[in-house]
This record gives sequence, structure tokens and C-alpha cells, in this order.
Amino acid sequence: MQETTEDASALRGSSLNGSSLNSQVPDGPMADKWENHKFNIKLVNPSNKRKFKVLIVGTGLAGASAAASLAELGYEVEAFTFHDTPRRAHSIAAQGGINAAKNYPNDGDSVHRLFYDTVKGGDFRSREANVHRLAQVSVDIIDQMTAQGVPFAREYGGLLANRSFGGAQVSRTFYARGQTGQQLLLGAYQQMMRQVGLGKVKLHTRMEMLDLVTKDGEACGIVCRNLVTGEVTSHSGHAVVLATGGYGNVFYLSTNAMACNVTAAWRAHRKGAFFANPCYTQIHPTCIPASDEFQSKLTLMSESLRNDGRIWVPRNPDETRAAADISERDRYYYLEEKYPSFGNLVPRDVASRNAKTVVDKGLGVGPLKNGVYLDFADAIKRDGKATIEAKYGNLFQMYERITGEDPYARPMRIYPATHYTMGGLWVDYNLMTTVPGLYACGEANFSDHGANRLGASALMQGLADGYFVLPYTIGDSLAPKLGTEPVPTSDPVFQSSEQGVRDRISRLMSIGGTKSPDYFHRELGKLVWNYIGMERTEAGLEKAITEIQALNEEFWRDLRVLGDTDTINSSIENAGRVADFFELAELMARDALDRAESCGGHFRVESQTEDGEALRDDEDFSHVSAWEWQGEDTIQVKHAEELAFEEVPLSQRSYK
Amino acid sequence: MSNTLNLTLQIWRQEATDAPGSFQSYTVRDVPDDASFLEMLDTLNETLIDGGSVPIEFPHDCREGICGTCGVMVNGRAHGQEKGTAVCQLHMRKFNDGDTIIIEPWRATAFPVLRDLVVDRSALDDIVAAGGFVSVPTGNAPDANEIPIPKDVAESAMDAASCIGCGACVAACPNSAAQLFTAAKLWHLNSLPQGQPERYRRSEAMVDTMEQFFGSCTNHGECYEACPKEISLDFIAYMNRDYVKSKLVNRKLASQR
Repeated sequence: MQETTEDASALRGSSLNGSSLNSQVPDGPMADKWENHKFNIKLVNPSNKRKFKVLIVGTGLAGASAAASLAELGYEVEAFTFHDTPRRAHSIAAQGGINAAKNYPNDGDSVHRLFYDTVKGGDFRSREANVHRLAQVSVDIIDQMTAQGVPFAREYGGLLANRSFGGAQVSRTFYARGQTGQQLLLGAYQQMMRQVGLGKVKLHTRMEMLDLVTKDGEACGIVCRNLVTGEVTSHSGHAVVLATGGYGNVFYLSTNAMACNVTAAWRAHRKGAFFANPCYTQIHPTCIPASDEFQSKLTLMSESLRNDGRIWVPRNPDETRAAADISERDRYYYLEEKYPSFGNLVPRDVASRNAKTVVDKGLGVGPLKNGVYLDFADAIKRDGKATIEAKYGNLFQMYERITGEDPYARPMRIYPATHYTMGGLWVDYNLMTTVPGLYACGEANFSDHGANRLGASALMQGLADGYFVLPYTIGDSLAPKLGTEPVPTSDPVFQSSEQGVRDRISRLMSIGGTKSPDYFHRELGKLVWNYIGMERTEAGLEKAITEIQALNEEFWRDLRVLGDTDTINSSIENAGRVADFFELAELMARDALDRAESCGGHFRVESQTEDGEALRDDEDFSHVSAWEWQGEDTIQVKHAEELAFEEVPLSQRSYK
Repeated sequence: MSNTLNLTLQIWRQEATDAPGSFQSYTVRDVPDDASFLEMLDTLNETLIDGGSVPIEFPHDCREGICGTCGVMVNGRAHGQEKGTAVCQLHMRKFNDGDTIIIEPWRATAFPVLRDLVVDRSALDDIVAAGGFVSVPTGNAPDANEIPIPKDVAESAMDAASCIGCGACVAACPNSAAQLFTAAKLWHLNSLPQGQPERYRRSEAMVDTMEQFFGSCTNHGECYEACPKEISLDFIAYMNRDYVKSKLVNRKLASQR
């Protein structure tokens, strides 16, 4: 373990202020906690629910399912999305599937096993009680979505099909071709649109949240900008729910959609919501490598491909033959060799880091030597082309479209790319942030995946939060507010927040520099990828902080935003988002520097086993790091939530 | 290694819904043929910003052909000439050096232009809100395996459910009809056991709502040609059948008056 130098500790500024966070985890045996908690928290009487207004920001899986469920219960709901329709949310792009402890295949799965796998897969950095609840409600999600008409894959007998996914030893993943996210999102969207049609959800499209409004320390509303007219407006409610996704686009090149951003969560962070574990980011092993400097995003190829594809690189760095002409002897199946028991199905962090290792050694393939092969030749020989096509046809087609290469005839080229962020707003067991009345759901919160998310668990968590957790827990903070009206938007807290939003937009417009928001985003992304990517070092992270600050300074000096503010203007939208990414990136670096251990997606070169695997330091880092905003020019203060592992004994992950 | 292209672009510029629009001509140079169509537009926008001109607004988001945000007419064809491909997945290797490319927004009365290539497609959401769902409040669902569904039925529902809601079908249709979109959503749900209780209520509500915004179908089939997900025209026939039947089924009986 690397000793912390005095300088580093000053730079990091992370001295604990002594307070530790209360996660509100209920007492009792693990299996009973959620049931007990549901009984013990406050309820809102059915006829009183209509007296409460809940604002939901984001309409992906978590937001749409929460909006639909809360409206069905009788709450007055307003939902906000910056898209033209809720169905665009990036949940739609999830390909592989959704986990649930149904044990339909009779292969030994159970709530406990899904819980156990998720805690272990998260490298012992998640909160056990939350994960257990997630595993418990996973079964209800499948029932709910099936009843809504989600066309999950089926066997000939008409029952639901399952597959093993992302390293799981049981088949617990439900899927709808390679479009599971699309079908689940459409299910939640349709359910919400039903409530829109009934007038129970008021839907605001093309509205971007640009500030959280608090009064006396509690969340009371939001300020939004209408992306068509530029109008800045206030919206008031008894509670605010952020379901605004993750921050992977801080890397610029990622599998996230172009508009994904951290702004809503970051604005809440600046108003008092602690930001937890920002350094936990997931680099997905199977994406199409970048082809040139103009590339705007990276495309994921579902991890399910690893079930049948074999990953390899040529043993000779100077190999010039086409893949098919390289003999078995000259191929390095590095995952199969290093991890005989899991082989190509090792967890994402392990697969990604190994790809980086071989590419860094000069063994990469493709014109830029920036990829590894994912080869289906053996699977096609074994199962026939038709079987492979039935399983992965749409993915192969997508690959062919992007690269112009036929993956049936030659191996795919893949390389890791940023895909998901485990960090996010800190929430307690009720999914409430450190700002009373403000909740965070789905990828926007930090809660369930620890330092690494397992495949097919993101859809599960988004829907668990929106369908089966928040609708119960939100009542606990609402019930005492019965009889109170939401803070009127004429209140000075709204007026000053609106003014702050308008001032910031004017400031961005008036810099009058020479470089576009995209330019800064791309440059920031390179810094984040190089220093806070798959491998992190103390020196690199310190450098990252200095360079991010310098680039941020240049941003505020040399940004160019053209056009007007009273019309659609994606430059001004992007400028605000990139400005927030700068602040987040700096915090990511500080968090990564502070966490002088390796765990899951966070790999500190100084902390590894002799075999080069991630080495945790449970003594010093078995905690959640939650950072509190201190103002523009002051470094955030770290609070710790200690993690206890009662059910799943701490162990070093091994996939050999 | 990739080749590069020099192109002339004719792009529709329009400042607001009620402002007059016009084609503007741009040249782009050295576009790598590995770039996607939208990356080509990104590059153009960067050049415009460098030169002090307001960049072109165009709809896009996931760039993986699944979110349905993108969509422009490329040389008069919705999403361009490549079959079964959203414009974000169209790559420049499908064009030739020296080409002139005409880029317009979706053209339909129900899709007013908001700015440049961005249109308002919210009428499609109104169709879904009218009946494009199964009414199952959260928590009411039976076990997922309680209702077996023949594999072929589930696959057919999935074919319909693949619709990404981009609106290319409307843009390609000479009548600006939304039959393919509506039929896809309708048949996804009407074909499944879960969708039966509301089948005819749904059919009538969705089609009647569609008719408020969009033109009528006269079987040109242009929608299918343009659809990036190649949604089958058969679904329109199924929809028409269910709609006609719904008008009979949904009549109030004497005892209900």
C-alpha cells in the first residue's frame, strides 16, 4: 500500500470532518429488513396522497416507473425530461438483459445468491441491506413487465427464456433479443403515458433542470430551462426525485448517448446533496474501438457476445496475417489462459483491464492496433451460423454497419469503453439524499453496485427503485407534511435560483472566446480517460487535478457560444453541461486519489496483488466516500459511511 | 485505412416554426469515410463555429439506432438510402467523393419544424397516451410464467415492438400518415394475451387519435421502405382489421344506455 505523502493529503483535502452518515438501514435479520421497514415507516392515507405533489426529473427506467407508480397510488406527479419524448432516455440502449432471482431454470438461484453475487461482484463496496432488497424485488419486476406486454424471449413451451450473463454461474437473465433496455423502457413509458392520458402525470418535455431549490435545508422544487423557447421557470413540489442517469459522458467518448450529463445531480450536489464514490466508473469490455479523432461516441456490443465469442490477440506484436490465417499456436487467448474457470466470462472490470494490458504491450489488432479480437468462428462451427444469427443477429448487423466488416467472416474487434457509473448521489435506505425531500433513483444514485456493477443489473436496479422502493419510502418524508402547501414559486428562494440560472447562461454566452463547448468536452475527456480511466496512479491523479483546473480556467476564458438563448441552441445546453463535468472530473480525481486501494472499477496501480489483480484495503477503505460541497473555491469535504459485511464474508475476488 | 471525401451539402435552415426557411449551401472537405453521417455534421458545425456562424441544429442522441431521436431527409429519403438504417448509423463510406447531399427536416403537418432540422413529434406520444399500454398498476401482476405465450407470438410482438418512434414512416409517406407507427404499437400489444382485455378499446382510441393529427393511409408502402427497423406492412392490415372490429365490439349494448 502506498503511503500518503503530506503534499498529497493537502491536495486531496479529504480530512474527515468526523461526522459519519446514517444510512437508516433497519434492524433485524437481513431477510426481514425490508418487510420490517415497510411496516415501520410512515404511510400516507390513500385519500391524502392527492394532496402531495412530487416532481420527477428524468423519465428513463427509474423515472418513468416511479412516475407511473406514484400516480397510480394517487400522488400528483410532474415529470420532466430534456428529450422530445420520454422514450428517448438512454435506458433504451441497454442490450443484454435484466437479472431476477426467479430460479425458473432450476439451477440453484435464489434471492440470497443474487444478493451474494452482487455484493461480491461489487467488490465489497456496496451496502448489504440495499443489495438484499434489490434481489428481493427483482422477481416482482419480471412479473410487472411481463404483465405490461414486454415481449421477453420465450422457449417453445411458451415460458420465459433465461441466459447466463456477465460471469454469473446461474441463468438468471431475462432478455428481449438484444433490445432488452428498449422493451423495458417502452413498458415503463407506456405505463407512464397511461397516467399522462388520465391527467395524473403532467409531462414536461424538452425541459432541462438547471437548479435544485431548497428552503430551510429541504428540497422544495426545481428551476428548468425550456429548450425550445429558452424560458427559465420554477416548479414547486413536496418532494423532488432525480432519476437523471449517470455521468459517464465526463469521458467524452463513452457508450452513453450524446446528451447524457451530470448537471441535475451536480446542481443538487451544489445545494447540499453529498456525491458518493465518484471514482467508481465502469469500463465495459466489449465496445467497438474508435476509428479516428472525429469519433463522437463509442458503441457497445452486448456482453452476451462473450458467451459464445472467444477473446484473443496475436502472440506476435508484429503479426501481419489476417485473423483467420493465424494458427492456434500463435493466438493468445489471454482470458482463457489466465482465468481457466471463468474464461471469457470474467467480470467487466477484469476483462477490461486485461484488454488494456495486452493492447499496451503492443498486441492490439486493427488499423490503429487499439482492439482485441472477439471471435465467433468456433461457435459458428459448433452451433451453425443460423443459431448464432438467431442469438446475435442484430448485434452483428450493427457491427457491420459501423465498421464495414462482416463479423461472420472475420472476428470482431473490441476494446473497453466507459459505460456506467456506480458512483452518484449518496442516498440512505429510503433513497433519500442528504437534502431532506430530495430522492435519487437508478444510475443517478450510488447505492447498489459498490465498486463494480454486474451485467444485467442496471435495468434491474432502475426498475427496482422506481417500482418497488421509492413508492413505499417516499411516504415517510411526505406524511409529516400533510396539510402544508408546496412553497410558492413566488418565494424568494425560487426567484434567486432563477436569477442564478439566468446569470450563468449570460456568463457562458458572453465569454466570446474562440473554442466550442465540444472542443473543451473532448479535451476534458482525454484527461479523464488518461488519468482517471482503467488504471490510476497517485502521480497521474495529482496531474489530472492540475490539468483539469487549467483547462477549466481556459474554458471560462475562451469558450465560444454562438446564437441566441430564446431558441433551440444546443451549444448553450452543452456549455452548461461541460462546465459541470469539469467540477465533477476534479472531484473524481480527488476521490480516486483519496481511495488508495484498488476495488472493482477503481484500479490503483500502487495497490495490486502479485498477479496484478485489484487489491482492496478493507482496514482503511471499507466505507462509502460521500463528498460535501463547500463552495466554488473550496475543496469538498469527505464524509464516510462505514460498510459492514455481515452476510457476505469479505474475501478477495478470484475468477481463476 | 479510410479514404476521405469532399462534399457539397444543401441544408435546410429555419430559425423558428413560423419563420421562413431556405436551403443553404456548405462544403465539407476531407471527411473520413469511417465517419458517421452525424459525425460529418458535427465536423461541419465545428467549422461553422470556428468561422463565427451559428451551427446547424439537428436531432440526435444515442447514435446507436435505438433511441429514435435522429432523423433527417437525405436526398429526399428518410434516414438516407441505406435500407433498415437510422441516419446515425449511416456511414460516409456509402457516399462518393464530390457528391452533393440535400438534407431536410421531416416534412409533415403534424411535425412542425422547431429549428433547422429539428421537428416536434409529440403527436406520436398522444397516440400512445390514448391507448398504447396495458393497464396493470404496479404490484398487480401475476407470476410471469402464469401465462405461457407461444414463441412465435412473442417473436411477432417483438417484431412490432422494435419500432423506435423516429417518425420516418410519417416523413416518407406522401399523405404524412402515421399508420406504421400506430400499427406497430397496436399489434405489439394486441397480439399478446396480456393485451386482450383492452384490445378493442385500444384499437379505437389509438386510431381515432392518430386520425386527428395525421393523414390517411393509401397503401403506398413508402413507410416500410424508410423504416430503420423494417417494421412490416402486415401490421397495418392487422390494425385495420382490429379497428373495424372495434367499431362493432365497442358499440354500447341496449342495457348500457
